[in-house]
Amino acid sequence: MAEKTYKIIEETGIHARPATLIVREAGKFNSNIELEYNGKTVNLKSIMGIMSLGIGKNAVIKIKANGTDENEAMNAIDELMKKEGLAE
Amino acid sequence: MSTWITGIAASSGIAIGKAYRLVEPDLSFQKTTVEDSEKEISRFRDSLRIAKSQLEAIRDHAREALGPDKAEIFEAHLLILNDPEIVAPIEDKIKNEKMNAEAALQETTDMFIGIFEQMDNEYMRERAADIRDVRKRVLAGLLNVTIPNPSMISEEVIIVAEDLTPSDTAQLNRKFVKGFTTDIGGRTSHSAIMARSLEIPAVVGTKTATKDIQNGDFLILDGLSGEVHINPTEELIEEYKKKQADYEAQLAEWAKLVNEPSISKDGVQVELVANIGTPKDVEGALHNGAEGVGLFRTEFLYMGRDELPSEEDQFAAYKAVLEGMEGRPVVVRTLDIGGDKKLSYLPLPEEMNPFLGHRAIRLCLDRTDIFRTQLRALLRASVYGKLKVMFPMIATLNEFREAKKLFLEEKDNLAKEGIPTADHIELGIMVEIPSTAVLADQFAKEVDFFSIGTNDLIQYTMAADRMNEQVSYLYQPYNPSILRLVKMVIDASHKEGKWTGMCGEMAGDETAVPLLLGLGLDEFSMSATSILKARSLIRKLSKAEMEKLAQEALQKSTVEEVIELVKNAVK
Repeated sequence: MAEKTYKIIEETGIHARPATLIVREAGKFNSNIELEYNGKTVNLKSIMGIMSLGIGKNAVIKIKANGTDENEAMNAIDELMKKEGLAE
Repeated sequence: MSTWITGIAASSGIAIGKAYRLVEPDLSFQKTTVEDSEKEISRFRDSLRIAKSQLEAIRDHAREALGPDKAEIFEAHLLILNDPEIVAPIEDKIKNEKMNAEAALQETTDMFIGIFEQMDNEYMRERAADIRDVRKRVLAGLLNVTIPNPSMISEEVIIVAEDLTPSDTAQLNRKFVKGFTTDIGGRTSHSAIMARSLEIPAVVGTKTATKDIQNGDFLILDGLSGEVHINPTEELIEEYKKKQADYEAQLAEWAKLVNEPSISKDGVQVELVANIGTPKDVEGALHNGAEGVGLFRTEFLYMGRDELPSEEDQFAAYKAVLEGMEGRPVVVRTLDIGGDKKLSYLPLPEEMNPFLGHRAIRLCLDRTDIFRTQLRALLRASVYGKLKVMFPMIATLNEFREAKKLFLEEKDNLAKEGIPTADHIELGIMVEIPSTAVLADQFAKEVDFFSIGTNDLIQYTMAADRMNEQVSYLYQPYNPSILRLVKMVIDASHKEGKWTGMCGEMAGDETAVPLLLGLGLDEFSMSATSILKARSLIRKLSKAEMEKLAQEALQKSTVEEVIELVKNAVK
């Protein structure tokens, strides 16, 4: 299993646009990918799941990938998080 | 068989073409038990596929027509359609509880909508609307009804709707929409204002248009008389084609006045300027001969979006208008929200009397964060043209002083940041509230100009809600009481060497123009399409004669007498 923790730096948190990009990216992989925040775990391939957490600035989240392409998935999402300025 | 209905002629011109109903379909259904859940699941998946292809088409169209930013929202909608956390529970319900797809969809999405609506974050609460939107589309697929997609219209049509909201009209493709007719509304409702700004004919307030007209019916829309003919005879179509040609000839005649001054027969010059809502309207204002902008309604910058427009967004819009008007005066009205105009991302408490409530300048002086952003954007744009700023709904001098103080503070702040602003920017007020009209002599000492907003001034003077059709008979622009208030305001401004404009519908009205000229109005601001007609009229009138006419009108006792007087004097 691959996992990584992030602190969100984007002013408006993970709102619709970045959430859309993350979900679309996650959907490209076979692995189960989850996001953990505030004691709740949601499917990273679910836009509603992510948005329902209402992740704001300074939130600490953990992303976990589990499956045959878990490392590729983790890398792709990591790159996206940085590119979109969500986390450092 | 040919039939016809009538309504209020809200925007002139004649349109002939096919009807396109912009009507919400009936999406009601019964919760039932299904025998074959496999079949029901496949029915559900079919409706997802249909919704997906519709949304993709809308997204592609939006991307092309409005840019990638506006298409973004549809990307999110597409993901909702594919969302495993939504799709799986729906299919489980169908399979395990033998529920029909409609009910399974409703119950599952209700749960998510509930979650979003309970969130603290306004932005997140708004996401509930996205789920509703997507649900509606899937439900329509299941029920075999069509949701109209006005942005996708690709042939010339006449829109038929109950009413048209700002977001509806924003989606309409100007190239294909030849006119519209609605069940409700009057000359001053949003749909009417939009039609005039789009320069297409409209007949509003027909009461029954959506009941009487089906998709694809052939229509004649007469925006001059307020008639809508449904599936007319060949003879009638021919007759109207001739009327249409005559009207166009008349327009061509008026068009010759585009670069002529607005000057009365006896040589008194006034200013004819346009009411606009967006930078896009500048082009229409100019080709209709506007000598400036008398009212830039900035609300439209705040509508049809998810959050407040940034200073940069606003700056770009104001700059575009100021540059587009090439040095002609541009009067910008600061945010006039509240009342009948709401913003989804700025929830305001429900009020018993929204027109008498917390709106316009009242709201802005309370939410100074919003107000200051707008003032800064205006100030920054001021160097690109001739900007004048006016505050709406001023009831007391203190409100004006407070607004002016904030304006000057922001001007100072910008100076400290080294950002240039224009030296002298005239600051005026809208006169819409009788208290302000009555005290105009005092206001005139402090403001640079007045702009009379007749729609509201009439509503407040007559105590008649202008959205209520049952009291619409009290909308009386030529009532001597209104004329007297207008006179008080104009006289007060002239006494202090200031000027008065008018930016309500009345300013472009055939009966009102002679009276207003006589009362000494300096600036007439109206829908761009009314300007040339008004100019043609003013050039035929003598100011001196109109002064006498106005004096007489002020002494009349009813609106009917005033209308009679003007009719006999101006032929």
